[in-house]
Amino acid sequence: MSDYLILSGVLFAIGALGVLVRRNALIVFMSIELMLNAVNLAFVSFARQLNDMTGQVIVFFVLVVAAAEVVVGLAIIVNIFRTKETVDIDDIDLLRG
Amino acid sequence: MDLIWLVLALPLLGSLINGLLGRHLPKRLIGWVACGSVGLAFLISLRILFDLLALSPNQRVPPQTLFDWISVSGLSTQISLLVDPLSTLMILVVTGVGFLIHVYSVGYMSHDSDYSRYFSWLNLFTFSMLVLVLADNFLLLFVGWELVGLCSYLLIGFWFTRPSAAAAAKKAFIVNRIGDFGFLIGLFLLFATFGTLDYLKIFEAAAVPHALPELTATVITLLLFAGAVGKSAQIPLYVWLPDAMEGPTPVSALIHAATMVTAGVYMVARSHDLYMLAPFSMNIVAAVGAVTALMAASIALVNNDIKRVLAYSTVSQLGYMFLAAGVGAFSAGMFHLTSHAFMKALLFLAAGSVMHALGGEETDMRKMGGLRKVIPWTWGVFLIGALAMSGIFPLVGFFSKDLILEEAFSNDYVALWLIGLFTALLTAFYMLRAYFLTFHGKPRYDEKAVHPHESPAVMLWPLRGLAALTIIGGILWISWMGFTPLNEFLSPVFAGVAEGGREHTAALSEGALIAISLLVALAGIGIAWLVYIRGFQPGEALRKTFRPFYTLLEGKYYVDELYYSVIVQPGRLLSQFLATVFDLRLLDGLVNGVGALIDRAGGALRRVESGYIRNYAAWVLLGTLGILIYWLMR
Amino acid sequence: MITRSKPVHSAIAFLGTLVSLAGLFLLLYAQFVAILQIVIYAGAILVLFLFVIMLLHARSGEGSVEKLRLQRPLAIVLSLALLAGVSFLFLQAGLSEAPTPAAGMGTAEEVGKTLFDHFILPFEVASVLLLAGILGAVVLSKKESWS
Repeated sequence: MSDYLILSGVLFAIGALGVLVRRNALIVFMSIELMLNAVNLAFVSFARQLNDMTGQVIVFFVLVVAAAEVVVGLAIIVNIFRTKETVDIDDIDLLRG
Repeated sequence: MDLIWLVLALPLLGSLINGLLGRHLPKRLIGWVACGSVGLAFLISLRILFDLLALSPNQRVPPQTLFDWISVSGLSTQISLLVDPLSTLMILVVTGVGFLIHVYSVGYMSHDSDYSRYFSWLNLFTFSMLVLVLADNFLLLFVGWELVGLCSYLLIGFWFTRPSAAAAAKKAFIVNRIGDFGFLIGLFLLFATFGTLDYLKIFEAAAVPHALPELTATVITLLLFAGAVGKSAQIPLYVWLPDAMEGPTPVSALIHAATMVTAGVYMVARSHDLYMLAPFSMNIVAAVGAVTALMAASIALVNNDIKRVLAYSTVSQLGYMFLAAGVGAFSAGMFHLTSHAFMKALLFLAAGSVMHALGGEETDMRKMGGLRKVIPWTWGVFLIGALAMSGIFPLVGFFSKDLILEEAFSNDYVALWLIGLFTALLTAFYMLRAYFLTFHGKPRYDEKAVHPHESPAVMLWPLRGLAALTIIGGILWISWMGFTPLNEFLSPVFAGVAEGGREHTAALSEGALIAISLLVALAGIGIAWLVYIRGFQPGEALRKTFRPFYTLLEGKYYVDELYYSVIVQPGRLLSQFLATVFDLRLLDGLVNGVGALIDRAGGALRRVESGYIRNYAAWVLLGTLGILIYWLMR
Repeated sequence: MITRSKPVHSAIAFLGTLVSLAGLFLLLYAQFVAILQIVIYAGAILVLFLFVIMLLHARSGEGSVEKLRLQRPLAIVLSLALLAGVSFLFLQAGLSEAPTPAAGMGTAEEVGKTLFDHFILPFEVASVLLLAGILGAVVLSKKESWS
């Protein structure tokens, strides 16, 4: 059972690494999706372990949130690309202090 | 009697209307609102007077509560009004004389651009004074007291673009504040002693024999008197009043006659129950009054500014009132207050009319002269006022001043009586001096540039009214077979005052006293006539002898200079020290230090906000790790 | 997936991961979730990604200069630390054999029952969230037609 959980941890770490290292907004975004999936895996594993359907239902909600997030996020990326001609997140530094 | 609240509400309403809407109203309407509100208040006051007269004398003290104001445990103060003969007399004077001054102002201020502001404050001034005199407790009195101070500040500094007016307003306010400080402490002490600030309760408690230690009574009354000294311009705090001449002339009239300076006298008369318990305070009051009377009168001898002569005259006459109060003749003091209100309002308004005739702001008597033929009405009323002030029979000033001197004499204050008598001589001299300089002799103004003209009717009618009051005011104190109207009217209030000393110890009969004071007044007038009409030149020897006195008087005893070097200069040095060392170094250092610290910290933290999302993400991850480690450590 | 330089390759790799995860869900008695995974993730979300990649195609690369030189080593250290921590937690929990699954576990019927028995309000909120997402996307991708 721990194998599943550790796999979920590995996937999460890979996702985090992607977010930190990659500069292409699309890939960063996919990395975030990957992290969400890692959490889904953990949820399903726990549902199996505890024999409780709630875990699976929560996965359902995570999917919903992910879908909404992807839609809005991609729209934002497209918008940024239109104005700044780039998807490199290092070029988007309006928040610089 | 139930209408009493209207007396307060009307001037306040007028003030609000003119203050808030004045800029959109035509001038005529502003004048009507201002005069109308005070005039109506006067009519209501008259009605109240008749209501009072209808009651039997010992029922004439019904306080009326309007609403609760402060209600803290132990201290409960209501906005409640006390209508008794004393306050009725005061509201009659305030609204009556105030009304005439308002009417006069309509003409006097007609060319001023700040017409509505002026009338709004004038009404507010009247309202404040009414609050002061109608209050039935010391706290509300103090509210009126402070309001009056504020209004005087506003009106003295009415032409605030002139530095001298602004400085005079500031001076009036600050000097008053010194007195108020003592007054406030007196109030605290009163409250600590009696647990209340209600007049009636306090006086009732104080009336119980030996209930109040004499020392406490003395301290309280002296502190209260400090407030009166500031407000009523007595030594040593009189310096603000002459400078208050920077305001428009009707304002001076209002300050000197109806409102403000009479507040101190009223307050002392109102708390006479306390003063009677403290003979020492009474002596102080009488002495301060007498010395002030003398000193101010002597300054007025040599001053060349017509308004300032009148101002010093006011200080001097207020000294008389305190003298009267100090020797226990409170009703005589109140009578002199009333008669002085008539005379001084008349004189000030006449002086304003003279200034108006000469085209505005000329107050130097050396540049007047020969105006008798040109402005006959002003001449007439000024003469009446001057004679009344000198104490010539049968004008009102004769009765009131003579009464005070008589009381002083018959109460065995012979020294004070002598001072008062000498002051009467000086008074007659300086009043007639002012009169001769202004109206007689050759014109000394620039005849080519100035064409004197009589004032409009709206200014003359109040003058005529006041002149009539000055002439007939004496009937208030003429004895009709042992019945003196004002004395009888006020006697329920001053019932506690012992009628001691009257008549029995008199070494001189009443008739002799009257004759003496009349003679003295005539002598003063005669000297003035000799010097200013006949052109009598004193001999060389005489001149040499009096030279130092003259210089001293011309320098107004150098009191202003003394205060400047003793109080203002050290204060300034202290402020300088505080400003440059304490404030700049310490306070600013602290503030700047905090600012610099935050600036540096911000500068350091700024680097964190790199603008790189990945950087932020790294921080998020670091935070997550932190939480994780915390979990593991637990 | 995160090592590919071209987004398309990454997307394909991500697709592989998703399908594999679906398989794992099947093994964990979560048939319905597995189907959802394929349909929503692989079918909808990933396709959306591909569309955007197509839309922005050639110019969608990263700049050649890495501005944050410390970022990569730091990221690796952090990720490994995270992995270590999480793994330690999971291993410490000491989960052994999974119990026998209850009857009908993971079927659409069971998921639906749980969903509509206990999570009806979150379910509705989720639908509102989706609506908001749709509206947001429409508004955002509109070409400044107002103003």
